Amino acid sequence: MKKIALSVGLVSLSVFAFAQKSSTDSIAEYRQMLQDGNPADLFEAKGEGLWTQKRGPKNASLEKCDLGKGPGVFKGAWVELPRYFADTGRVQDLESRLVTCMQELQGFDAQEITKTPFGRGEQNNVTALATWIAAESKGMKLNLPQAHIEERKMYEVGKRLFFMRGGSHDFACATCHSQDDKRIRLQDLPNLTKNPGAGNGFGAWPAYRVSNGQMWGAQLRLNDCYRQQRFPYPLFGSDATIALGVYMGVNGKGGETVAPAIKR
Amino acid sequence: MQTRRDTLKHSAAVASLLAASGLFPHYAQAFEKAAFDAKTINEAIKVMGGSAPVESKDVTITGPDIAENGAVVPFGASTSLPNVKRILLLVEKNPSALVAMFNVSPEVEVNFATRAKMGQSSDVYAVAITNDGKAFFAKKEVKVTLGGCGG
Amino acid sequence: MADPMRIRAQAAGDKATIRVLMSHEMESGQRKDGNGKTIPAWHIQDVTATLNGKTVMTAEWGPAVSKNPFLQFTIKGAKAGDKVGITWKDNKGDTRTDEATIT
Repeated sequence: MKKIALSVGLVSLSVFAFAQKSSTDSIAEYRQMLQDGNPADLFEAKGEGLWTQKRGPKNASLEKCDLGKGPGVFKGAWVELPRYFADTGRVQDLESRLVTCMQELQGFDAQEITKTPFGRGEQNNVTALATWIAAESKGMKLNLPQAHIEERKMYEVGKRLFFMRGGSHDFACATCHSQDDKRIRLQDLPNLTKNPGAGNGFGAWPAYRVSNGQMWGAQLRLNDCYRQQRFPYPLFGSDATIALGVYMGVNGKGGETVAPAIKR
Repeated sequence: MQTRRDTLKHSAAVASLLAASGLFPHYAQAFEKAAFDAKTINEAIKVMGGSAPVESKDVTITGPDIAENGAVVPFGASTSLPNVKRILLLVEKNPSALVAMFNVSPEVEVNFATRAKMGQSSDVYAVAITNDGKAFFAKKEVKVTLGGCGG
Repeated sequence: MADPMRIRAQAAGDKATIRVLMSHEMESGQRKDGNGKTIPAWHIQDVTATLNGKTVMTAEWGPAVSKNPFLQFTIKGAKAGDKVGITWKDNKGDTRTDEATIT
């Protein structure tokens, strides 16, 4: 009797062990292997250089740029963005704020940069700067301010946009990102309406995408989401994209950031 | 009198002698480049100066079981064998099997990590070639969910 | 002039682990552009590593090494303060050398 029980126990143990390493586990292992030696480091280094380099018609650096915590303060700035800025009278995210500084301090034309496609010209520099600034907040907890009425308004706008269905496929952000434990093929879909999904999702961009070897900031990530939803492309730094950033960032409050991350 | 044909034969003989003795470095380099055109594992190893490869537990290939994207697949190739002069990383089903080759000096460990493109799921090999031309390998099957060569 | 590499060199005992990230397209030569024309191969061919000026490792790479290549290896008998140099050369003749001090 004892012998049978023992052998049954052994069989079930081996079956359990066999079933242990699922595809999801293997993919997680693959992602873990890529963590050390993230090519985002290359863009981070570039961004760090651009912060202090004198450039543009005014031949000035960005060292006086106010990212929300005072001129020149970059450590911890990213986990509090997007936020309201009195000088521009609007809620801005990191990339649009960098463009503001590039115009005001260095004399670049903000409109020009806004119209430049991702991956070209000054947009590359904006991405590199965003990568470095995000890295200077790595491991900190998301803590977007909601004290100002404009910040709270943008949260509500973001929420409406998140659930708004449209485009040829009647998709909304919520179609893919409002429930737990969903995936497309082997791609896990974070639930962006609350933690941990919101913190992990919002807190991972800028990220290096291995599939195309490109560094993507949050603006490009949202732009591509809209493309996948068959929506018209949002403008760079538009209120729509910033509102969505506020919505996700506030939902992710307290989440520890991992940007710049490495992604598929 | 030496005919033109004789001169040509003579210089060809000298050239191959020089190449064998390593005194004609750019010849040796062209030789190596040919390895990257080799279509199969055995062909590449032969060009690199190794004989028919033998599986060995003293050679290790590390990598993921599944690669989410074939554009970037991390690998480690190492060996504890003595007298190794070079170690190769090969992906069997790639358009050209040889990915990278590391020439070893006594100052470095025979342990290299890099990332390779894989066109499709395939066996991946680490091959150590010793000073006396013997080749030893370890292999691992890696599944790829999205091929990484064609974009 | 190509973008700089990122080199991390850490000593542990009498060895140093070197991690390098290089900035390079590593175009495989397998892809086609919008007009159906093959995009020519453009990739790092040779890599050399030096310790205090002396060559300790050479490598040859084909187009299958991933874009923005990562390389890790270990130098024996290296200590903090030693200088590590990494040089790459690509198939178009472009080259880049960067140095780092082992910490």
